[in-house]
Amino acid sequence: MGRKVYLDNAATTYVSGEVLSEMLPCFNAIYGNSNSLHSYGRDASAIVDRARDRIAHAINAQKSNEIYFTSGGTEADNWAIKGIAHAYASKGKHIITSSIEHHAVLDSCKELEKEGFSVTYLPVDKTGLVNLADVIHAIRKDTTLISIMAVNNEVGTIQNIKAIAKTAHDYGLVFHTDAVQAVGAFRLDVQDMEIDAMSISGHKIYGPKGIGALYVKNGILIDNLIDGGNQERGKRGGTVNVPAVAGLGKAVEIACRDISINQQKLKAIRDYFIKSVKEKIDYIQINGHPQQKINGTVNISFEMAEAESLLMLLDLDGIAVSTTSACMSNALEPSHVLRAMGLSDDLAQSAVRFSFGKNLSKSDIDYVVEMLVKDVARLRSISAITKAGRK
Amino acid sequence: MYNQTVMAKFLRPENAGTLRGANAVGKAGNATCGDVIKLYLLVDEEGVIEEAKFKTFGCPASIACSDVACDLVRGLLVDEALNVSSKEIYDELGGLDDSRVYCSVLAEDAIKLAVENYYKKISK
Repeated sequence: MGRKVYLDNAATTYVSGEVLSEMLPCFNAIYGNSNSLHSYGRDASAIVDRARDRIAHAINAQKSNEIYFTSGGTEADNWAIKGIAHAYASKGKHIITSSIEHHAVLDSCKELEKEGFSVTYLPVDKTGLVNLADVIHAIRKDTTLISIMAVNNEVGTIQNIKAIAKTAHDYGLVFHTDAVQAVGAFRLDVQDMEIDAMSISGHKIYGPKGIGALYVKNGILIDNLIDGGNQERGKRGGTVNVPAVAGLGKAVEIACRDISINQQKLKAIRDYFIKSVKEKIDYIQINGHPQQKINGTVNISFEMAEAESLLMLLDLDGIAVSTTSACMSNALEPSHVLRAMGLSDDLAQSAVRFSFGKNLSKSDIDYVVEMLVKDVARLRSISAITKAGRK
Repeated sequence: MYNQTVMAKFLRPENAGTLRGANAVGKAGNATCGDVIKLYLLVDEEGVIEEAKFKTFGCPASIACSDVACDLVRGLLVDEALNVSSKEIYDELGGLDDSRVYCSVLAEDAIKLAVENYYKKISK
């Protein structure tokens, strides 16, 4: 078996040992239904409570009961957008979001449009940033909700969440953020940042798949998501997935505890990677904001080399990367994010996302760059787009 | 996503590259996905396609379809090349994922555009 390097941590991560240890007893030792009154149930319930406390503490929620467990980031986004929009529908039916959100948010908005809601999709500049003035201009009398992602999943640009949240509150609106890519990248303080609702996911931060959470500040209205039980304060019924919840609680706790050390490491890896790529490969463009971005994600367009072909060649070298977002790898159209940032089709079609994990070494990066040099050259040698013909 | 035939053609395309003395070229582009296929033909005095080569900016399917298109037109009369269909290219590759069928259409377009380009040149 040849060498393998995983550079798709923004798609998903492995489950860390600490998280796994937290989860394992919940499968067969503490297996009660957290809703049961007996000791088995109470033991399970204690685990769920502890996970909720850990998350609340990590994001500085005022109360633990503001954390609702969901099946993941996508469910949290769906619930936040539709649940809040519906709960405030008597006040107005206009929502503001950005054109570079994850499809969990965009497609939820599209569904609401079918029901008669109207949605403003704010543009972004070429670095992927939403302009605060655009937010203010988009606010109408019937606006109820603003949802802007904290970090973009494709290019890593960090939005000015706090300023947008403050603006939302100046106008009496609810503010939601999809923070799936932000947890562990920088400190999220929902009180200081004035966030009313926030989606998080387990499997991007060394936790298990199929689990996430929605923070909803007490006092903010949101429709129930699943009827049929009093779990999650009656808002999302169904027996709680105790092992996954335990894993999520631990993963969020660790991610927030280790921000400083992890980010130092990721920054060193990222900077070394970019420096090496720039030195060894011509005609590249780094997409996203030059400074206001997370350390773990780099998006690069290798001009004249098509991204999916590059992905497949790198895969044969044992290297995992992604083009646009993993859910999109079946789609024909270039990334909606890169298009919104104004990239030409050629550049968007040449864009590869490298997302780093905490276990990478410098020699991993050396290997990746060596393979990139070879594979990019190979695709360019048979490309229909020439240096002279570039747009 | 890709079967073994497609992957083999993608990894070892026999017809990739420029063609010296080419007297016709067809460039087909897909506006939606951005893929571009350039097909080069060398047509002799009797109107027989002696050689065909391609240069493609596109996904593995587009590259594989380009390679097959060259094989299919080589040795044909220019007019006969117009009969090479995307279906033939698709079949030759043992099928393509639904989302990549357009790549075979793009290759067929490139053949037609190359023939058109050939006639334009000889009519001058």
